[in-house]
Amino acid sequence: MAHEQAKERFVESMVQVMDFTSRILPDDVFDKLKELQAAETSDMQRVIYDAYFDNLEKAKELKRPCCQDTGILHFYLSAGTEFPHLGMVEEALEEAVRRASAQIPLRQNTINYFEERNTGDDTGERVPWVHWDLLPGSQDLEIITYFAGGGCCLPGRSKMYKPSDGYQAIVDNVFDAVADLGINACPPLVVGVGLGHNIENAAVLSKKAYLRPLGTRHPHPKGARFERDLTEALNRLGIGAQGLRGENSVMAVHVESSGRHTATIAVAVSVACYAHRRSLVRFHSDLSFEVLSHKEAGH
Amino acid sequence: MKKILTTPLTNADLEDIRIGDVIYLNGHIVTCRDVAHRRLIEYGRELPVDVRGGAIFHAGPIVRKREDGKYEMVSIGPTTSMRMEKFEKDFIEQTGVKVIVGKGGMGQDTVEACQKHKAIHCVYPAGNAVLAAIQVEEIEKAEWMDLGMPETLWYCRVKEFGPLIVSIDTHGGNLFEENKVKFNQIKEEQIKKISEKVKFIK
Repeated sequence: MAHEQAKERFVESMVQVMDFTSRILPDDVFDKLKELQAAETSDMQRVIYDAYFDNLEKAKELKRPCCQDTGILHFYLSAGTEFPHLGMVEEALEEAVRRASAQIPLRQNTINYFEERNTGDDTGERVPWVHWDLLPGSQDLEIITYFAGGGCCLPGRSKMYKPSDGYQAIVDNVFDAVADLGINACPPLVVGVGLGHNIENAAVLSKKAYLRPLGTRHPHPKGARFERDLTEALNRLGIGAQGLRGENSVMAVHVESSGRHTATIAVAVSVACYAHRRSLVRFHSDLSFEVLSHKEAGH
Repeated sequence: MKKILTTPLTNADLEDIRIGDVIYLNGHIVTCRDVAHRRLIEYGRELPVDVRGGAIFHAGPIVRKREDGKYEMVSIGPTTSMRMEKFEKDFIEQTGVKVIVGKGGMGQDTVEACQKHKAIHCVYPAGNAVLAAIQVEEIEKAEWMDLGMPETLWYCRVKEFGPLIVSIDTHGGNLFEENKVKFNQIKEEQIKKISEKVKFIK
Protein backbone atom coordinates (compact mmCIF):
# COMPACT_ATOMS: atom_id res chain seq x y z
CA MET A 1 0.00 0.00 0.00
CA ALA A 2 1.40 3.35 -1.00
CA HIS A 3 2.34 5.55 1.91
CA GLU A 4 -0.26 8.28 1.26
CA GLN A 5 -3.01 5.72 0.73
CA ALA A 6 -2.16 3.96 3.99
CA LYS A 7 -2.21 7.20 5.89
CA GLU A 8 -5.53 8.24 4.40
CA ARG A 9 -7.10 4.91 5.34
CA PHE A 10 -5.80 5.19 8.89
CA VAL A 11 -7.00 8.80 9.26
CA GLU A 12 -10.52 7.95 8.10
CA SER A 13 -10.63 4.93 10.42
CA MET A 14 -9.64 7.07 13.38
CA VAL A 15 -12.35 9.63 12.54
CA GLN A 16 -14.83 6.74 12.76
CA VAL A 17 -13.33 5.63 16.06
CA MET A 18 -13.62 9.13 17.55
CA ASP A 19 -17.17 9.36 16.23
CA PHE A 20 -18.51 6.29 18.04
CA THR A 21 -16.36 6.96 21.11
CA SER A 22 -17.93 10.41 21.48
CA ARG A 23 -21.46 8.98 21.41
CA ILE A 24 -21.40 5.50 22.95
CA LEU A 25 -19.94 4.46 26.29
CA PRO A 26 -17.80 1.30 26.38
CA ASP A 27 -19.65 -1.88 27.39
CA ASP A 28 -18.00 -2.24 30.80
CA VAL A 29 -18.91 1.34 31.78
CA PHE A 30 -22.48 1.10 30.50
CA ASP A 31 -23.06 -2.14 32.43
CA LYS A 32 -21.56 -0.68 35.60
CA LEU A 33 -23.80 2.40 35.40
CA LYS A 34 -26.85 0.14 35.02
CA GLU A 35 -25.76 -1.74 38.12
CA LEU A 36 -25.34 1.49 40.11
CA GLN A 37 -28.67 2.85 38.86
CA ALA A 38 -30.44 -0.23 40.19
CA ALA A 39 -29.00 0.40 43.66
CA GLU A 40 -30.44 3.92 43.95
CA THR A 41 -33.58 4.51 45.98
CA SER A 42 -34.26 8.28 46.06
CA ASP A 43 -36.46 10.09 43.54
CA MET A 44 -33.74 12.63 42.77
CA GLN A 45 -31.14 9.96 41.96
CA ARG A 46 -33.69 8.20 39.76
CA VAL A 47 -34.41 11.43 37.85
CA ILE A 48 -30.67 11.87 37.26
CA TYR A 49 -29.93 8.29 36.17
CA ASP A 50 -33.00 8.37 33.90
CA ALA A 51 -31.59 11.53 32.34
CA TYR A 52 -28.18 9.80 31.89
CA PHE A 53 -29.64 6.84 30.02
CA ASP A 54 -32.19 8.90 28.11
CA ASN A 55 -29.33 11.11 26.95
CA LEU A 56 -27.18 8.15 25.86
CA GLU A 57 -30.09 6.80 23.87
CA LYS A 58 -30.61 10.19 22.14
CA ALA A 59 -26.88 10.55 21.46
CA LYS A 60 -26.86 7.21 19.66
CA GLU A 61 -30.08 7.93 17.77
CA LEU A 62 -29.19 11.47 16.68
CA LYS A 63 -25.48 10.66 16.18
CA ARG A 64 -24.22 13.44 18.42
CA PRO A 65 -21.56 13.51 21.16
CA CYS A 66 -23.22 12.41 24.42
CA CYS A 67 -21.43 15.15 26.38
CA GLN A 68 -20.74 18.61 25.02
CA ASP A 69 -17.25 18.65 26.50
CA THR A 70 -15.49 16.43 24.02
CA GLY A 71 -12.30 17.39 25.78
CA ILE A 72 -8.75 17.22 24.55
CA LEU A 73 -8.09 14.07 22.57
CA HIS A 74 -5.72 11.61 24.23
CA PHE A 75 -4.32 8.56 22.47
CA TYR A 76 -2.62 5.87 24.51
CA LEU A 77 -0.81 3.65 22.03
CA SER A 78 0.59 0.17 22.44
CA ALA A 79 2.60 -0.11 19.27
CA GLY A 80 3.89 -3.38 17.90
CA THR A 81 7.56 -3.00 17.07
CA GLU A 82 6.79 -4.79 13.78
CA PHE A 83 3.76 -2.62 12.90
CA PRO A 84 4.74 -1.38 9.43
CA HIS A 85 3.25 2.14 9.57
CA LEU A 86 4.66 3.58 12.79
CA GLY A 87 6.20 6.62 11.14
CA MET A 88 2.93 8.17 10.02
CA VAL A 89 0.91 7.57 13.18
CA GLU A 90 1.33 10.85 15.06
CA GLU A 91 0.83 13.03 12.02
CA ALA A 92 -2.20 10.97 11.00
CA LEU A 93 -3.76 11.20 14.45
CA GLU A 94 -3.49 14.97 14.32
CA GLU A 95 -5.13 15.05 10.91
CA ALA A 96 -7.86 12.68 12.15
CA VAL A 97 -8.62 14.98 15.09
CA ARG A 98 -8.81 17.98 12.76
CA ARG A 99 -11.32 16.17 10.55
CA ALA A 100 -13.30 14.75 13.48
CA SER A 101 -13.52 18.23 14.99
CA ALA A 102 -15.28 19.55 11.89
CA GLN A 103 -17.24 16.44 10.88
CA ILE A 104 -18.66 14.99 14.10
CA PRO A 105 -18.49 17.91 15.18
CA LEU A 106 -16.47 18.16 18.38
CA ARG A 107 -16.40 21.21 20.61
CA GLN A 108 -13.38 23.40 19.97
CA ASN A 109 -11.45 23.15 23.19
CA THR A 110 -7.78 23.74 22.51
CA ILE A 111 -5.93 26.90 23.42
CA ASN A 112 -2.17 27.27 23.09
CA TYR A 113 -0.41 28.83 26.05
CA PHE A 114 0.69 32.47 25.58
CA GLU A 115 -1.32 32.85 22.37
CA GLU A 116 -4.52 32.39 24.44
CA ARG A 117 -6.74 31.99 21.42
CA ASN A 118 -8.86 28.97 20.55
CA THR A 119 -7.16 27.07 17.71
CA GLY A 120 -10.59 26.21 16.31
CA ASP A 121 -9.85 22.62 15.29
CA ASP A 122 -9.01 20.74 18.50
CA THR A 123 -5.35 20.46 17.62
CA GLY A 124 -2.55 22.55 19.05
CA GLU A 125 0.83 22.41 20.69
CA ARG A 126 1.29 18.71 21.59
CA VAL A 127 -2.45 18.24 21.06
CA PRO A 128 -3.74 15.60 20.54
CA TRP A 129 -1.72 14.19 23.43
CA VAL A 130 -0.07 10.94 22.40
CA HIS A 131 1.50 8.41 24.75
CA TRP A 132 3.56 5.52 23.38
CA ASP A 133 4.22 2.07 24.78
CA LEU A 134 5.78 -0.76 22.80
CA LEU A 135 4.54 -4.30 22.15
CA PRO A 136 7.74 -6.21 21.35
CA GLY A 137 7.45 -8.40 18.26
CA SER A 138 3.81 -7.53 17.55
CA GLN A 139 2.57 -6.38 14.14
CA ASP A 140 -0.48 -4.64 15.63
CA LEU A 141 -1.16 -1.16 16.90
CA GLU A 142 -3.57 -0.86 19.83
CA ILE A 143 -5.10 2.55 20.48
CA ILE A 144 -6.99 3.75 23.51
CA THR A 145 -8.87 6.88 22.50
CA TYR A 146 -9.95 9.07 25.39
CA PHE A 147 -11.86 12.36 25.52
CA ALA A 148 -10.30 14.25 28.43
CA GLY A 149 -13.00 16.71 29.50
CA GLY A 150 -12.19 19.73 31.64
CA GLY A 151 -14.44 18.93 34.59
CA CYS A 152 -12.91 15.56 35.30
CA CYS A 153 -9.33 16.76 34.76
CA LEU A 154 -9.70 19.44 37.45
CA PRO A 155 -9.58 17.18 40.55
CA GLY A 156 -6.33 15.59 39.32
CA ARG A 157 -3.29 15.86 41.57
CA SER A 158 0.24 14.53 41.98
CA LYS A 159 2.21 14.90 45.20
CA MET A 160 5.38 13.73 46.92
CA TYR A 161 5.63 12.26 50.41
CA LYS A 162 8.23 10.81 52.71
CA PRO A 163 8.12 7.14 53.70
CA SER A 164 7.27 8.25 57.23
CA ASP A 165 3.95 9.62 55.88
CA GLY A 166 3.12 6.05 54.92
CA TYR A 167 0.24 4.74 52.82
CA GLN A 168 -1.99 7.03 54.84
CA ALA A 169 -0.95 9.84 52.50
CA ILE A 170 -2.33 7.87 49.57
CA VAL A 171 -5.66 7.36 51.30
CA ASP A 172 -5.92 11.05 52.21
CA ASN A 173 -5.20 12.12 48.65
CA VAL A 174 -7.79 9.81 47.15
CA PHE A 175 -10.46 10.99 49.57
CA ASP A 176 -9.60 14.65 49.09
CA ALA A 177 -9.71 14.36 45.30
CA VAL A 178 -13.05 12.56 45.26
CA ALA A 179 -14.88 14.24 48.13
CA ASP A 180 -13.82 17.77 47.23
CA LEU A 181 -13.48 18.64 43.54
CA GLY A 182 -14.64 15.17 42.52
CA ILE A 183 -18.20 16.11 43.38
CA ASN A 184 -18.17 18.49 40.41
CA ALA A 185 -16.54 15.99 38.08
CA CYS A 186 -19.79 14.14 37.26
CA PRO A 187 -19.85 11.15 39.60
CA PRO A 188 -20.04 8.17 39.74
CA LEU A 189 -16.34 8.40 38.90
CA VAL A 190 -13.61 6.05 37.83
CA VAL A 191 -10.69 6.86 40.12
CA GLY A 192 -7.13 6.22 38.96
CA VAL A 193 -4.40 6.09 41.59
CA GLY A 194 -0.76 6.12 40.49
CA LEU A 195 1.95 5.13 42.95
CA GLY A 196 5.54 5.81 41.99
CA HIS A 197 8.73 7.62 42.88
CA ASN A 198 8.24 11.08 41.37
CA ILE A 199 5.27 13.17 40.34
CA GLU A 200 5.53 12.50 36.61
CA ASN A 201 5.64 8.73 36.81
CA ALA A 202 2.85 8.67 39.38
CA ALA A 203 0.72 10.94 37.18
CA VAL A 204 1.13 8.76 34.11
CA LEU A 205 0.28 5.66 36.15
CA SER A 206 -2.86 7.28 37.58
CA LYS A 207 -4.00 7.91 34.04
CA LYS A 208 -3.26 4.34 32.96
CA ALA A 209 -5.16 3.19 36.04
CA TYR A 210 -8.44 4.79 35.04
CA LEU A 211 -8.05 3.67 31.44
CA ARG A 212 -7.96 0.03 32.59
CA PRO A 213 -11.14 -1.99 31.89
CA LEU A 214 -13.56 -2.08 34.83
CA GLY A 215 -13.39 -5.34 36.70
CA THR A 216 -9.63 -5.75 36.35
CA ARG A 217 -7.45 -5.80 39.44
CA HIS A 218 -3.99 -4.73 40.56
CA PRO A 219 -1.61 -7.72 40.10
CA HIS A 220 -0.44 -7.73 43.73
CA PRO A 221 -2.98 -9.23 46.17
CA LYS A 222 -2.47 -6.36 48.61
CA GLY A 223 -2.88 -3.88 45.76
CA ALA A 224 -6.10 -5.59 44.67
CA ARG A 225 -7.34 -5.52 48.24
CA PHE A 226 -6.45 -1.82 48.49
CA GLU A 227 -8.53 -1.13 45.37
CA ARG A 228 -11.52 -2.94 46.84
CA ASP A 229 -11.16 -1.22 50.22
CA LEU A 230 -10.91 2.24 48.62
CA THR A 231 -13.91 1.53 46.39
CA GLU A 232 -16.02 0.44 49.34
CA ALA A 233 -14.92 3.31 51.56
CA LEU A 234 -15.57 5.94 48.88
CA ASN A 235 -18.99 4.46 48.19
CA ARG A 236 -19.81 4.82 51.88
CA LEU A 237 -19.50 8.60 51.35
CA GLY A 238 -22.68 8.31 49.30
CA ILE A 239 -21.81 11.11 46.89
CA GLY A 240 -24.30 9.80 44.34
CA ALA A 241 -24.81 10.80 40.72
CA GLN A 242 -23.90 14.49 40.23
CA GLY A 243 -22.76 14.76 43.86
CA LEU A 244 -26.38 15.09 45.00
CA ARG A 245 -26.19 12.19 47.46
CA GLY A 246 -26.98 8.61 46.67
CA GLU A 247 -25.94 5.07 47.43
CA ASN A 248 -22.56 5.14 45.64
CA SER A 249 -19.74 7.49 44.68
CA VAL A 250 -17.53 5.62 42.24
CA MET A 251 -17.67 2.99 39.53
CA ALA A 252 -14.23 1.73 40.54
CA VAL A 253 -10.87 2.62 42.01
CA HIS A 254 -7.87 1.33 40.07
CA VAL A 255 -4.30 1.44 41.33
CA GLU A 256 -1.20 1.23 39.12
CA SER A 257 2.25 1.19 40.65
CA SER A 258 5.95 1.22 39.85
CA GLY A 259 8.87 0.66 42.18
CA ARG A 260 9.50 3.57 44.50
CA HIS A 261 12.71 5.23 45.60
CA THR A 262 13.62 4.17 49.11
CA ALA A 263 13.29 7.81 50.18
CA THR A 264 10.02 8.76 48.44
CA ILE A 265 6.34 7.99 48.03
CA ALA A 266 4.69 9.58 45.01
CA VAL A 267 0.91 9.66 44.76
CA ALA A 268 -1.19 10.84 41.86
CA VAL A 269 -4.96 10.75 41.55
CA SER A 270 -6.82 11.20 38.27
CA VAL A 271 -10.57 10.88 38.00
CA ALA A 272 -12.83 10.13 35.06
CA CYS A 273 -16.48 11.14 34.86
CA TYR A 274 -19.43 8.79 34.40
CA ALA A 275 -19.43 9.68 30.69
CA HIS A 276 -16.18 7.72 30.43
CA ARG A 277 -15.54 8.05 26.73
CA ARG A 278 -12.73 5.65 26.07
CA SER A 279 -12.38 3.02 23.40
CA LEU A 280 -9.86 0.36 22.56
CA VAL A 281 -9.23 -0.61 18.96
CA ARG A 282 -6.59 -2.84 17.39
CA PHE A 283 -5.15 -2.07 13.97
CA HIS A 284 -3.46 -4.88 12.04
CA SER A 285 -0.53 -4.51 9.70
CA ASP A 286 -2.90 -4.19 6.70
CA LEU A 287 -4.64 -1.33 8.60
CA SER A 288 -7.89 -3.19 9.08
CA PHE A 289 -9.10 -2.74 12.65
CA GLU A 290 -11.27 -4.33 15.29
CA VAL A 291 -13.11 -2.64 18.15
CA LEU A 292 -12.44 -4.34 21.49
CA SER A 293 -14.30 -2.06 23.90
CA HIS A 294 -17.71 -1.64 22.28
CA LYS A 295 -19.97 -4.47 21.10
CA GLU A 296 -22.06 -1.89 19.35
CA ALA A 297 -19.62 0.43 17.69
CA GLY A 298 -22.28 1.96 15.46
CA HIS A 299 -20.35 2.11 12.22
CA MET B 1 -46.69 17.32 38.20
CA LYS B 2 -43.77 19.17 36.62
CA LYS B 3 -42.99 22.54 38.16
CA ILE B 4 -42.35 24.81 35.18
CA LEU B 5 -41.06 28.40 35.42
CA THR B 6 -41.37 30.82 32.52
CA THR B 7 -38.99 33.74 31.92
CA PRO B 8 -39.06 36.66 32.63
CA LEU B 9 -39.34 35.82 36.33
CA THR B 10 -40.32 37.89 39.35
CA ASN B 11 -39.26 37.55 42.99
CA ALA B 12 -42.66 36.02 43.77
CA ASP B 13 -42.09 33.21 41.23
CA LEU B 14 -39.09 32.01 43.24
CA GLU B 15 -40.48 32.51 46.72
CA ASP B 16 -41.72 28.94 47.29
CA ILE B 17 -38.79 27.16 45.69
CA ARG B 18 -36.42 25.30 48.02
CA ILE B 19 -33.12 23.46 47.61
CA GLY B 20 -33.61 19.93 46.35
CA ASP B 21 -36.69 20.85 44.26
CA VAL B 22 -36.75 19.73 40.64
CA ILE B 23 -37.98 22.39 38.18
CA TYR B 24 -38.14 23.04 34.43
CA LEU B 25 -37.76 26.25 32.45
CA ASN B 26 -39.71 27.78 29.56
CA GLY B 27 -38.65 30.95 27.79
CA HIS B 28 -35.05 32.05 27.29
CA ILE B 29 -31.66 31.11 28.65
CA VAL B 30 -28.30 32.46 27.51
CA THR B 31 -24.97 30.67 27.83
CA CYS B 32 -22.54 32.69 29.87
CA ARG B 33 -19.29 31.45 31.41
CA ASP B 34 -15.72 32.40 32.33
CA VAL B 35 -14.70 35.21 30.00
CA ALA B 36 -18.16 36.76 29.71
CA HIS B 37 -18.23 37.13 33.51
CA ARG B 38 -14.75 38.57 33.47
CA ARG B 39 -15.59 41.10 30.76
CA LEU B 40 -18.61 42.38 32.64
CA ILE B 41 -17.15 42.50 36.14
CA GLU B 42 -13.44 43.06 35.67
CA TYR B 43 -13.42 45.11 32.47
CA GLY B 44 -16.78 46.84 32.93
CA ARG B 45 -18.06 45.93 29.49
CA GLU B 46 -21.83 45.83 29.12
CA LEU B 47 -23.36 42.40 28.59
CA PRO B 48 -24.75 42.44 25.03
CA VAL B 49 -27.82 40.47 26.14
CA ASP B 50 -30.42 41.67 28.65
CA VAL B 51 -30.87 38.95 31.28
CA ARG B 52 -33.00 40.92 33.78
CA GLY B 53 -35.56 38.44 35.13
CA GLY B 54 -33.95 35.83 32.92
CA ALA B 55 -31.65 32.87 33.08
CA ILE B 56 -28.02 32.17 32.32
CA PHE B 57 -26.39 28.83 31.70
CA HIS B 58 -22.81 28.06 32.68
CA ALA B 59 -22.23 26.04 29.55
CA GLY B 60 -20.11 25.75 26.45
CA PRO B 61 -22.03 24.06 23.67
CA ILE B 62 -21.29 22.48 20.33
CA VAL B 63 -23.12 24.55 17.73
CA ARG B 64 -23.50 23.94 14.01
CA LYS B 65 -24.20 26.60 11.37
CA ARG B 66 -26.98 25.43 9.11
CA GLU B 67 -27.23 26.17 5.39
CA ASP B 68 -29.83 28.90 6.01
CA GLY B 69 -27.30 30.72 8.18
CA LYS B 70 -29.08 29.89 11.45
CA TYR B 71 -27.27 28.17 14.28
CA GLU B 72 -28.32 24.76 15.54
CA MET B 73 -27.65 23.45 19.05
CA VAL B 74 -25.91 20.09 18.65
CA SER B 75 -24.83 19.36 22.19
CA ILE B 76 -24.99 21.49 25.34
CA GLY B 77 -24.43 20.81 29.01
CA PRO B 78 -23.39 22.59 32.16
CA THR B 79 -19.85 23.38 33.18
CA THR B 80 -18.48 23.73 36.72
CA SER B 81 -20.26 26.73 38.26
CA MET B 82 -17.65 27.25 40.96
CA ARG B 83 -15.31 28.76 38.37
CA MET B 84 -17.67 31.74 38.16
CA GLU B 85 -17.90 32.17 41.96
CA LYS B 86 -15.44 35.04 41.96
CA PHE B 87 -17.76 37.11 39.73
CA GLU B 88 -21.28 35.80 40.34
CA LYS B 89 -22.27 38.03 43.24
CA ASP B 90 -21.57 41.20 41.27
CA PHE B 91 -23.03 39.62 38.16
CA ILE B 92 -26.37 38.96 39.90
CA GLU B 93 -26.41 42.47 41.31
CA GLN B 94 -25.58 44.20 38.02
CA THR B 95 -27.70 42.15 35.62
CA GLY B 96 -30.78 41.21 37.66
CA VAL B 97 -30.53 37.58 36.50
CA LYS B 98 -32.95 35.26 38.31
CA VAL B 99 -31.88 31.73 37.43
CA ILE B 100 -28.31 30.49 37.13
CA VAL B 101 -27.92 26.99 35.77
CA GLY B 102 -24.67 25.07 36.00
CA LYS B 103 -22.89 22.12 37.49
CA GLY B 104 -21.97 21.48 41.11
CA GLY B 105 -22.40 24.02 43.86
CA MET B 106 -21.44 27.65 44.34
CA GLY B 107 -20.04 29.53 47.31
CA GLN B 108 -21.13 31.82 50.07
CA ASP B 109 -20.95 35.04 48.01
CA THR B 110 -23.43 33.64 45.51
CA VAL B 111 -25.69 32.41 48.31
CA GLU B 112 -25.76 35.92 49.77
CA ALA B 113 -26.49 37.52 46.41
CA CYS B 114 -29.26 34.99 45.72
CA GLN B 115 -30.86 35.83 49.04
CA LYS B 116 -30.50 39.59 48.67
CA HIS B 117 -31.54 39.90 45.01
CA LYS B 118 -33.90 36.88 44.91
CA ALA B 119 -32.22 34.49 42.49
CA ILE B 120 -31.59 30.75 42.44
CA HIS B 121 -28.84 28.42 41.27
CA CYS B 122 -29.77 25.07 39.74
CA VAL B 123 -27.92 22.03 38.49
CA TYR B 124 -28.62 20.53 35.11
CA PRO B 125 -27.41 16.92 35.41
CA ALA B 126 -24.13 17.24 33.59
CA GLY B 127 -23.05 15.26 30.59
CA ASN B 128 -26.62 15.08 29.27
CA ALA B 129 -25.74 17.19 26.34
CA VAL B 130 -28.06 15.80 23.70
CA LEU B 131 -31.04 15.83 26.03
CA ALA B 132 -30.42 19.51 26.77
CA ALA B 133 -29.79 20.34 23.11
CA ILE B 134 -33.15 19.02 21.96
CA GLN B 135 -34.85 21.16 24.63
CA VAL B 136 -33.46 24.23 22.82
CA GLU B 137 -36.10 25.21 20.28
CA GLU B 138 -34.04 27.89 18.60
CA ILE B 139 -30.85 29.88 18.98
CA GLU B 140 -32.26 33.37 18.50
CA LYS B 141 -28.96 35.22 18.50
CA ALA B 142 -25.26 34.94 19.28
CA GLU B 143 -23.08 37.64 20.86
CA TRP B 144 -19.36 37.98 21.59
CA MET B 145 -18.54 35.38 18.98
CA ASP B 146 -14.92 36.49 19.11
CA LEU B 147 -14.64 34.32 22.24
CA GLY B 148 -14.97 31.11 20.24
CA MET B 149 -17.69 28.50 20.30
CA PRO B 150 -17.67 27.50 23.99
CA GLU B 151 -17.62 31.09 25.31
CA THR B 152 -20.01 32.80 22.89
CA LEU B 153 -23.27 34.05 24.42
CA TRP B 154 -25.84 31.79 22.73
CA TYR B 155 -29.34 33.19 23.34
CA CYS B 156 -31.67 30.19 23.35
CA ARG B 157 -35.43 29.75 23.42
CA VAL B 158 -36.14 26.63 25.47
CA LYS B 159 -39.08 24.38 26.23
CA GLU B 160 -39.31 22.38 29.47
CA PHE B 161 -35.59 22.78 29.93
CA GLY B 162 -34.55 20.43 32.71
CA PRO B 163 -34.55 18.59 35.06
CA LEU B 164 -33.06 21.47 37.05
CA ILE B 165 -32.22 20.58 40.63
CA VAL B 166 -32.28 23.66 42.86
CA SER B 167 -28.96 23.94 44.71
CA ILE B 168 -29.22 27.52 46.06
CA ASP B 169 -32.59 29.09 46.89
CA THR B 170 -33.68 32.61 47.81
CA HIS B 171 -33.71 31.75 51.53
CA GLY B 172 -30.00 31.12 52.04
CA GLY B 173 -30.11 27.37 51.42
CA ASN B 174 -27.11 25.71 49.76
CA LEU B 175 -27.61 22.04 48.92
CA PHE B 176 -23.99 21.26 48.06
CA GLU B 177 -22.68 22.85 51.26
CA GLU B 178 -25.13 20.79 53.30
CA ASN B 179 -24.03 17.66 51.47
CA LYS B 180 -20.37 18.50 51.90
CA VAL B 181 -20.77 18.61 55.66
CA LYS B 182 -22.33 15.15 55.55
CA PHE B 183 -19.59 13.79 53.24
CA ASN B 184 -16.87 15.16 55.48
CA GLN B 185 -18.31 13.52 58.58
CA ILE B 186 -18.26 10.11 56.91
CA LYS B 187 -14.92 10.81 55.24
CA GLU B 188 -12.93 11.10 58.47
CA GLU B 189 -14.42 7.88 59.78
CA GLN B 190 -13.68 5.95 56.57
CA ILE B 191 -10.13 7.28 56.26
CA LYS B 192 -9.41 6.13 59.78
CA LYS B 193 -10.79 2.69 59.13
CA ILE B 194 -8.91 2.10 55.89
CA SER B 195 -5.65 3.55 57.20
CA GLU B 196 -5.52 0.76 59.79
CA LYS B 197 -5.38 -1.76 56.93
CA VAL B 198 -2.46 -0.21 55.01
CA LYS B 199 0.41 -0.20 57.46
CA PHE B 200 2.65 -1.88 54.90
CA ILE B 201 5.89 -0.03 55.74
CA LYS B 202 7.13 -1.78 58.82
